[in-house]
Formats: sequence, structure tokens, C-alpha cells
Amino acid sequence: MNRLITTLSLTILLTAGLLAPETEAQQIAVKGETVYTMNGEPLSDGVVLIRDGVIEEVGPASQVEIPGGYTLYETEVVTPGLIDSRSTVGFSGILNQDHDQDQLEMSSAFQPELRAIDAYNAREDLVKFLLETGITTVHTGHGPGALASGQTMIVKTSGNKIESALIDSTTAIAITLGSGISGGFSTPGTRSKSVAMLRQQLLDAKSYAERRASDNPPGRNLARETLADLIDGKIFALVEVHRAHDIMTALRLQDEFGFKMLLSGATESYLVRDEIRQAGVPVIIHPTMTRTWGESQNASFETAAKLTEAGIPVYFQSGYEGYVPKTRVALYEAAIAVANGLDRITALEALTIEPARLFGIDDRVGSLEPGKDADLVLFNGDPFEYITTTRAVIVDGKVVKEES
Amino acid sequence: MLYFRTLLLLIACGWFAVVAAAQERPKAFVGAEIITATGENFQDGVMLIRDGRIEAVGSRQEVDIPGDAEVYDVEGNVIMPGLVDPHSHIGGGDGGDRSSALHPDVRIMDTIDPRSDTIRRALAGGVTTANIMPGSGHLMSGQTVYVKLKPANTIEEMLVTVDEEAGIYGGVKMANGTNSLRSSPFPGTRAKSAAMVRELYVQAQEYKAQIDAADGDPDKMPERNLRMETLVEVLEGKRIVHNHTHRHDDILTAIRLAQEFGYRMVLHHVTEAWKVAEEIAEAGYPASIIVLDSPGGKLEAEHLYYKTGRVLEEAGVDFGYHTDDSVTDSRLFLRSAAFGIREGMSREKAVESMTIANARMMDMEDRVGSLEPGKDADFILLSGDPFSVYTQVRQTWIEGEKVWDREDPEDRKYATGGYNVIQRSAFGHYDHYNLGGSQ
Repeated sequence: MNRLITTLSLTILLTAGLLAPETEAQQIAVKGETVYTMNGEPLSDGVVLIRDGVIEEVGPASQVEIPGGYTLYETEVVTPGLIDSRSTVGFSGILNQDHDQDQLEMSSAFQPELRAIDAYNAREDLVKFLLETGITTVHTGHGPGALASGQTMIVKTSGNKIESALIDSTTAIAITLGSGISGGFSTPGTRSKSVAMLRQQLLDAKSYAERRASDNPPGRNLARETLADLIDGKIFALVEVHRAHDIMTALRLQDEFGFKMLLSGATESYLVRDEIRQAGVPVIIHPTMTRTWGESQNASFETAAKLTEAGIPVYFQSGYEGYVPKTRVALYEAAIAVANGLDRITALEALTIEPARLFGIDDRVGSLEPGKDADLVLFNGDPFEYITTTRAVIVDGKVVKEES
Repeated sequence: MLYFRTLLLLIACGWFAVVAAAQERPKAFVGAEIITATGENFQDGVMLIRDGRIEAVGSRQEVDIPGDAEVYDVEGNVIMPGLVDPHSHIGGGDGGDRSSALHPDVRIMDTIDPRSDTIRRALAGGVTTANIMPGSGHLMSGQTVYVKLKPANTIEEMLVTVDEEAGIYGGVKMANGTNSLRSSPFPGTRAKSAAMVRELYVQAQEYKAQIDAADGDPDKMPERNLRMETLVEVLEGKRIVHNHTHRHDDILTAIRLAQEFGYRMVLHHVTEAWKVAEEIAEAGYPASIIVLDSPGGKLEAEHLYYKTGRVLEEAGVDFGYHTDDSVTDSRLFLRSAAFGIREGMSREKAVESMTIANARMMDMEDRVGSLEPGKDADFILLSGDPFSVYTQVRQTWIEGEKVWDREDPEDRKYATGGYNVIQRSAFGHYDHYNLGGSQ
């Protein structure tokens, strides 16, 4: 008899499971006491309807009727899926052993041709870890440590292969200036040599770009093609730089060649706020909790607040860690910035709609609006609080993480 | 007769000195929520301190405020015991070198810079007492030191004496798992690690037997041996072993060795304690958890989760948290227990796990770790809920003296960081990573 009951229960559970399989896109209604749509004021008692992987309707519960057949999720706080603006997850793996570290190739200090899509491990545990914290989109790729370490790209954290995760295959060339370039390369060995090498490469790329647009295009050269894309404004230079004088060097190069630049890290950016604002360069600020040693010795918890007050757009990153924790969480880093003076809504924007606009992917992600990808995070409280957890994470209309 | 008079005079002088000290005006902190870490909290509380000690704690109705007391109106704030960090590397010290995997003779107290900025930063996070450990990557990297983070010119001023006569000022740091695996003279495997530790403790047992047999006769005592003397203190229970251990099987190995030789031990880091919580509880060793934002970064930390605190609480293990500063940041120490609450640990345990539980791991529960009459007046003033990201440490007090104040710009900079704040960084612990060591 006991055995029969067990069998019956199991059958019921299995049937229930089959009725709502997690892997299939479904019709979902999400109700939140507060819904941060990032498209206007937050909604009190808001509803988001999801159908076939995209957002169907967003509005207050009083105005949005939940049709029959929709699975209902209720929670305290809803936000769009969060965006990590700079990471190396999927390249730097959880074990931190040689075989799972693909973020930095040491054969040469200048290799802009290394594609991000050829090395990304979509099943990496750290990618799935970020997903569970609510990071649904990540700008990841080659790391700091070389003059040009390779390319970066933008993916959803839910996909199990690059083809299903990919949003943008080639977002930026990862460049490092200052003493952050590894000493393991034969050259460059000084700051000024780094800049001389980079300028010569960019000059060559400029002429390559001109020739490839002419009637007599040059032979193919993978490195030049990538740099020419930078010269032509198709991709960003993502410049990892920390000391104030190195930031000024990055601004000088950008002024000379006119490429689209993102400053990453930018520890001492608070010393050169006027110059950064005048150059109109966005800052993907270092993890707020970065360790204060080496180039980051002068890091401050207040930098994000100070930059936004100065009118400089700020974005958050998980960054790159050589040791533990092997990745940081952009949301946690934003929380410490908020606790140290950054406006809450500005911080939420910096995790959602603002990076979506920056990377030109705001037609798909970054806010809760009809027609956009159904990427949502269901929090059980204030997303920045230490004790808040995600009840569920939804990506492309699929529940990819659910509270146990 | 003259001798007797002199003695009387001396006694009298001593008595006057005591009276003079006792006449310091008491300080009364009035109106705060007081979290005592004894299980009792007061919403509208009063704490009275005098001569560096706590005289009374209670509700406003219960505590009489003496007429001569300096009264501090702290309404709207929270007072809790100064945080006790049972595993830190502040102070720029180092530890055992690469000449051996076992250095019981090495003392971290001989290398700490009391003026290190890292100590000021820890005060900004509310840490008042710390177990500063020698650097990492050894089976036994040396003797730890228990200190109060008082402004000091010498390490001696910071010491919290455990046994002054015997010269014991802390515990002994040990490690197992992959931490100490490297080329000779270090072990290459886990089994070799255990064998090397056991061999050393067997020697120490023999050394102790010689001392016992001498029965106080100096002629029969063995030659002085710093390595052996330290381990005898461990065998006698005068020194606690602080054992770095992550993987579930390494935790069990640490327990097996402690049981074989009968020494007292605290398990540190305990990444996979959630897998062997019942076994730890049964063995009765306390555990000290490290919280990292993400798992991994080293093989041992692959299965590190925030739930460990909840699992250990449910199993009845005596546990707390530590910073392992600079692995995690002392300024954010309270965040560690908050992440335990996030995964279901109780708030009461969260308070204990930052304070009294850690004091017990250092034999200091009679002096620090809770707000009770007679204990050292080590406490912090917070702007709100200790486990909220928005809460700031406003003041840090040690033995009745304010040692850090967020209102003072010279102090505040240690809480926020900034240009040239960290000038004496001397992150000795990091040098070990660069040399191939690890946490």
C-alpha cells in the first residue's frame, strides 16, 4: 500500500513536471509588488506577460488582465535581466587551472585577431553562477594583461553553446595600458613602448582600412581587419587602465585616432573627472570591492558616485580575478557603490538599460517593454540588499533558475 | 621596622593609584538598540562603561546612569560588540619561509607593523580583536597572535595575553589539502602531508615525555627546542590549532589528526563543511567560515556556497566567520554573516558568528565578544541593522576608548579608500600568492 502511494505520488509529480517543463518557452505572467521596467517610473503591483520568449505586455495589475493558461509567478521585486558590462567568465574557469584559463594568450602581447566566440565555454560553472544571481547578459571575452589580448563579445548567460547564447560576436578589442601588461611578454616592457607599439599598429590599420574601402583591397590580415573595424567605428576599444596618468594616455590615443573607447577599471578616474567628461568616454568602473593593491591601490568605494555626479556614464563589471573569488558579481559591486553614495535608480540603470544602449542591444534587452526578450529577475526584496535572493530568473521566456 | 614602613607606603601608593584610576568618569551610551550577543537585545538601551570595562547593559528603565557620567545620546543607532576576526592577515606580517613545510617555531608577532594601514581599515569595518595568522602555503606556517586593534607603537601594546608566563600569545596555524602541496621539502600528496604532521607530533610527544620524566629537575630536562616547545603547548591544550581546510575529506583528516594527538583545533575556511556537518558536530570542533562572492579560483573552493552557515547551524556546530583579510575585506566583515542569513541562517546566530563564537575560538570569551558587565568595553556604533548593505560603522571603541570615528576625515578615508590612503600596505600575504602560495 505504502509502495502504491509512493508510486502514485511520483506519477503525479512527473505529470506536474511535464505540464510545466522548465526548458520550454511558455506563457508566463509575473506579478511584482515593485516592477522596475527601466522604462519610466517603477510600477507598484505591476504585471509582465510573457509569450513565446518575448514580453507581451507590461503594466499595473489594475490594467493588465492575466489570460488563462499563463503560469503565474509572484514576487516582491522584478527587474529586467541584469547586464554585466565587463567580465571574463567562460574564458576564465572556476578551477583556475591551466586548462580552464583562456582569457590571456601569452605568445604575443598584441593579438587583436583572437576571436571571443572561438574560446567561450557556455557551460562553464561561473557563467551559470552569474545567471543565478540575475546576470542574464554579459559582455565577456579576452582579459586584461596584454597590449591587445583579443576580442570580446556579448552573450546571454543561459545558452549551452555559443550559437544559442550569442548576442554580439565582436564587441571590442581588449587593450591594456599601464603596468597591468604582463611581464611575461618580451615586449612591451615599459609604458611608453606600449603606446608606441599601439600607435604604429593603429596607423597601419588606418591605411589598411582606407585600402580595403578602395578598388584595390589589400590581402587579408586578420589582425588588421579587426583593427580596421576599430578605426571604422564598428567595434570598441575596451581599455583596461587604472592610474590617472595612464587614463590620460588612453584619452590622448583616443583623441589621435578617434575610435570608440570604453575605459575599464579606471581606479583613479576620480582624479581626472573633467578630462574624462570632456572626452565623452564612458567608464566601466572596477569592481567596487576590488582589492586595494598594485594598480588598484587607490581604489575608492565612492568612485561610481563621484563619476556620475560629474556627468560621466558609469557601468558595472564583474571584472577579472586571478584568484578567489574567481568572478565577482556586478550586482553586488553596484550595491556597495549605492551604499557609498550612488543613486539607487542610477545604479539599476547602469545594470540594465544603460549598458544595453551603450552596446546597441537595447532593441532586445535592458528594459521591460513589449517586444523585447523576456529576460526578468524575480527578487524577494531590495536587489541591493545582502540578504535578498533571486526567486526566479527568466531568460528568453524560459525559467532558468527557480527557488528550491 | 623600616622595611615594614616602606611596605606600608608601597601598599598605600598602590591603593591611591587604584582609586585614581577608578575615579575616571563613567560613560553612558543612551537610546541605541543594543545587541549584546548573549541572546538578549535592548530596543531602547543603555550601556554604562568605566575604566575600559562594561559596568551595566540594559533597558533605559533598568540601568541607573550615575550623576557624573558622560552621556552619549546614541538614539537611532545600533550598538553591538566589537567584531572578532579569528583569521586575518592584517599588519603586513609574513610567516614561515620555503625552507620547510613545518614552522612551529615561527612567530607572526615578530613581523607585524602596528602602524600598518590595514589595521586602520579593519577598525573601519568594526573589527576590534583579531587572530593574525602567519602566511599561507605550509602544513604549519607558525604561531598566530591574538591582538586588540588599539593604536599602538609596539605589538606588545596590542597583545591579549593567553599565558604571559609561558609566552603564549596566540595559537598555531596549520593547513592541509592542496594549500601546502608543492615541491620538496613540501609534501606532494595529501597522505604525505598527514604523515609529516603526525611524525612531528610524535616527536613532540616524546619531547613532552622527557619533560614530564624530568619532573622539574633542570639537569634532566631536554635541550631547549623552540619547535618542540610550541608543540608541547599544543599538546597541553594551551595553544589552539587553527587549521586551514576546505574539502570534505581534508576536514575529516584534520579532525582525525586532532583526535589522535588530543589537541584543540578550530577548522578554518571549511568550504565543504556542508557535506560533513554532522561529523564536525559530533567531533565537537568549532568551524570558521570564509564567504567568497563566487565559488572557485582554486581547486579546494569549487564547492563554496553561502549556505554553509545555515547547514552548520542546523547541525549544531559552534561556528563563526572570518575575513582572511586581504582575501576578503575587513571593512565588509559584517557582509559575511549577512550572506549566511540570505541562505537561511538565523539572525541571532549571525550576531554570534561575528563576535562571541569567534572569541571562544581564541579562549577570549571571558573578555570580549559580548556586551556584559565586567567584559572589555569593545563595541561598535552602527547606523542601523548590522546585516544591511546600507548600514555604516560609525564608531569603533576598544577598552572604553574611541579608536575610529567615521565623522573624522582622517578616519573616514580608511572606510572609503582613495588616493594614497593605503601607504603602508605591505600586503605580505599577497607576496605568498605571487610566490606560488595560496589561501
